[in-house]
Amino acid sequence: MSSTTTAQQTKWWNGGRSPFNVEYGKLMMWYFLMSDAFTFGAFLISYGTIRFSQNFWPDPNVVFNAFPGTGHINLPLAFVSVMTFILIASSVTMVLAVHEGHRSNRQGVIKWMLWTILGGIAFLLCQAWEWHHLITGEHAVLADGNKIELIGQTMGGNPWGKLIEGSAVTDALKNSSHHTLVHLAHEYPKPEVATTAANLDGLEKMSAGQLIGMIDLAHAHIREKGPIAFGGYFFGITGFHGFHVFSGVIINIIMLIMTVKGVFDRKGHYLMIEKAGLYWHFVDLVWVFVFLCFYLI
Amino acid sequence: MSMEQHAMSEITFHHHVPGDENVKRIKKTFWLLSFITIIELGMGFSIYFIHKDPDYSHGLVLGIKGAIVILSLAKAFYIVSIFMHLGDEIRNMIMTIAVPLMLFIWFIAAFLWDGNSYKNLRNKYDKHFEERTIEKKDTGGH
Repeated sequence: MSSTTTAQQTKWWNGGRSPFNVEYGKLMMWYFLMSDAFTFGAFLISYGTIRFSQNFWPDPNVVFNAFPGTGHINLPLAFVSVMTFILIASSVTMVLAVHEGHRSNRQGVIKWMLWTILGGIAFLLCQAWEWHHLITGEHAVLADGNKIELIGQTMGGNPWGKLIEGSAVTDALKNSSHHTLVHLAHEYPKPEVATTAANLDGLEKMSAGQLIGMIDLAHAHIREKGPIAFGGYFFGITGFHGFHVFSGVIINIIMLIMTVKGVFDRKGHYLMIEKAGLYWHFVDLVWVFVFLCFYLI
Repeated sequence: MSMEQHAMSEITFHHHVPGDENVKRIKKTFWLLSFITIIELGMGFSIYFIHKDPDYSHGLVLGIKGAIVILSLAKAFYIVSIFMHLGDEIRNMIMTIAVPLMLFIWFIAAFLWDGNSYKNLRNKYDKHFEERTIEKKDTGGH
């Protein structure tokens, strides 16, 4: 190595060579990801603090039990496992893209980047469905201690409190709105009135007493309201993670375009793909903990 | 001297695993992560059935949750070490990332302790809170 090269390199790293044997940008990506880990960590720990301060917290198996196109069938954790496998798979395709980059194989990088982008988009679509389902769901809860209301899982309400049964339910049904009773009779009819209950127009014309008689209370799962903090933390943290996935997809699309245009071939290396890869793997890494804290435990 | 040449000259030696072996290692890690995830899902799902018993063992549920946490940490290790290739970097560089992350040990312990303490104090001094939220039979939650 000539002395002029050494002199120039001193501007980058004192000593003439990288002590970590790694490119500056890649090292800085690592430090950015470390700081981002603390951001996510702080959010999750804050959620943990609130959760530890509560006597009751909803069981994730009860909250996350829906799957697209299956209606009311109880499928705990099924959809989120699909989301998790999509993310793991897209992490593998990303690491394969990085691998092809090491070998300067442009076609290989393009192929695996495409799969990675598709995986990211698929994950975002899944999350959109999940949020929509939670927010627009109509779950029967005991409100103000004396009537049944239908609420979704939002920032302002949590329908996953303790199950209530017996006289508390029958009393509350008498005070509930006609709309609520129609909904309950339609969704949870006793087997012998199932055909009558399928006709919404017919239900609308019935009296409250008739409707109450049709509701199968064992299946209606009427609950108290749960801890209100659940919604803010769930939507806040999965939203922040989803935003990372979204920006990761954008970064990957830019990387794909640069690859197709031959930018990295002209540069002589695919380090940019490696850095985008680090970010993408980090998104997968964060999901491990979001998945753990919200869905598994 | 261009940026790119600088970037490359910062790397004085390459420590890449040979091509085929690298792909093999990636695939192995993928199956390992999938396997751990399935185990985790099975354990998480089992809590659903344990909750159905009104007199379920809280210690058992806590034990299952602890095991899931350990499995998740294993997953995190494999993602960082193999997929992000941190395991292939120089030890000193790994330490500049791993050592600051030790802060999490205090961070998690202190704040969970704090939340738990708040709960205990409220249960002691705010009986309405306790009666309203403490677990009764057949709750469907935990």
